[in-house]
Amino acid sequence: MNLPATDIRTAPAEKAPKRQRHIAEEFRGKFYVYFCVLLMIVIIFSIVYFIASRGLAPFIANGVSVKEMLFGLKWNPEGDPAAFGALPFLFGSFATSLLAAVIAAPLGFCASVFMTEIMPKFGKTLLQPAIELLAGIPSVVYGFVGLSVIVPFLRDTFPGQGIGILAGALVLSVMILPTITTIATDALRSLPSGLKEGSYALGATRWQTISRIILPTTLPSLLTGVVLGIARAFGEALAVQMVIGNAPHIPHSLFESATTLTSIITLEMGNTTSGSLHNNALWSLALILLLMTFVFVFVVRVLERRVKR
Amino acid sequence: MIIEIDKLNLYYGDFHALKNVNLSIPERSVTAFIGPSGCGKSTLLRTLNRMNDTIPGVRIEGDVTIQGRNIYASETEVEVLRKRVGMVFQQPNPFPKSIYDNVAYGPKLHGRMKKAELDELVERSLRAASLWNEVKDVLKKSAWSLSGGQQQRLCIARALAVEPDILLMDESTSALDPISTTKIEELTRELSKKYTIVMVTHNMHQAARISDRTVFFLNGEVVEAADTQTLFSSPVDQRTEDYISGRFG
Repeated sequence: MNLPATDIRTAPAEKAPKRQRHIAEEFRGKFYVYFCVLLMIVIIFSIVYFIASRGLAPFIANGVSVKEMLFGLKWNPEGDPAAFGALPFLFGSFATSLLAAVIAAPLGFCASVFMTEIMPKFGKTLLQPAIELLAGIPSVVYGFVGLSVIVPFLRDTFPGQGIGILAGALVLSVMILPTITTIATDALRSLPSGLKEGSYALGATRWQTISRIILPTTLPSLLTGVVLGIARAFGEALAVQMVIGNAPHIPHSLFESATTLTSIITLEMGNTTSGSLHNNALWSLALILLLMTFVFVFVVRVLERRVKR
Repeated sequence: MIIEIDKLNLYYGDFHALKNVNLSIPERSVTAFIGPSGCGKSTLLRTLNRMNDTIPGVRIEGDVTIQGRNIYASETEVEVLRKRVGMVFQQPNPFPKSIYDNVAYGPKLHGRMKKAELDELVERSLRAASLWNEVKDVLKKSAWSLSGGQQQRLCIARALAVEPDILLMDESTSALDPISTTKIEELTRELSKKYTIVMVTHNMHQAARISDRTVFFLNGEVVEAADTQTLFSSPVDQRTEDYISGRFG
């Protein structure tokens, strides 16, 4: 065989400028990537710092106790004496988000099982785009639909005025359905086909395979979807605010007016001046929201580690 | 003859994957399917427990009779068929459950059993797959903690636990190291005293080592089916001779 006479060691000298161009290109690429990463980190830390500095002010400068904020029942930042009990908001946020997840999770799981195991073609061409469309509807539209359809329905069916935790949870459950369904569908699709075949080859029916192999195996991923759904519901402001009634107390039933952290922030933020105690107290609520988000992210991380194992 | 295949044609959409296959497989023996990739040997194996049913666009003509019953008849329950015709796959595919639960999975599908009975069945199946001694102290451990060869033997134990008559092995050693392969080959010989084994293999030497009968496939057709010794020492068809002497494939 005749090898060409060029060797890396004896390569012609005119190749050198080209190599330098590679190095320059390499450097530019690196610079862009590092710059973007740095920018993102700076932005995130600025946001956290800003919220924390405002949100911690009431506790540090004004002597509001953390205990009162977390467990107090009365919210009256402008009053004399001022009260900063945020428990009703916390309760409202948790109640609506968790209830929404309880409603949406079974629906989402069923939809994803249907799309992957039962009718993959129909699922992929029709059901999946439809569900993804749900994610694109603006939250004010959800709130409007909730206000004009769900609230009247609840008012006619149950005691009370229709507004309240259940109305909020129903609206939220539709809003988080895409999150739960999409993540569940991805998890079911990525399941090694060998597992399913192994089950069928032992004489399992489709339902036995779904309930005994597919769902247990993908459970951590399914729960990841649910937690992300809860996180989304927890942070949603507008749609809930439109149907929950916004009464700052802990309701006695699902059909009684209540409120959430996000609703209070959006409702009251416009009526306060920047730097005032009331304004800073609202930042404290925002800080609580932020910390809850960290908790959700942490839970998702733990679940993901279980998936990898 | 425990399996009779009569004028079987199989199509994947427009592709004619099996062409007029006629074949009989004797009881309690090892039958090996050999042939180049894409010749239809795996496809035929998967028609025997109707695993092709799940693939969209498959059309099957002709008859497959197992133990005197046409498995493609409308009254055949595919779950019952697969209980009688077990399968071991190319890649070990234990479930993400404990070793015990992997073996107990099949029996639990087909009916309730007393705990003691189930324990006994699990032990018997693991012994039959010559895995018992290695795992008897770690039955509660995840099946995924086993080595590849052990996982494959676990899959054999899992298949045996539903007490089939026929065991289909789809290139079951091709993902394993030589030592594990030897173990599975010895096990296959041992199992053929009780079970009818039909195996697909890429490896002609493996077919020659452990099978009683060998079937050579080419382009969806059965070219030659004979006693293994006869097929390898004096093939009748020129194409068989070309293949086993390594001229193509």
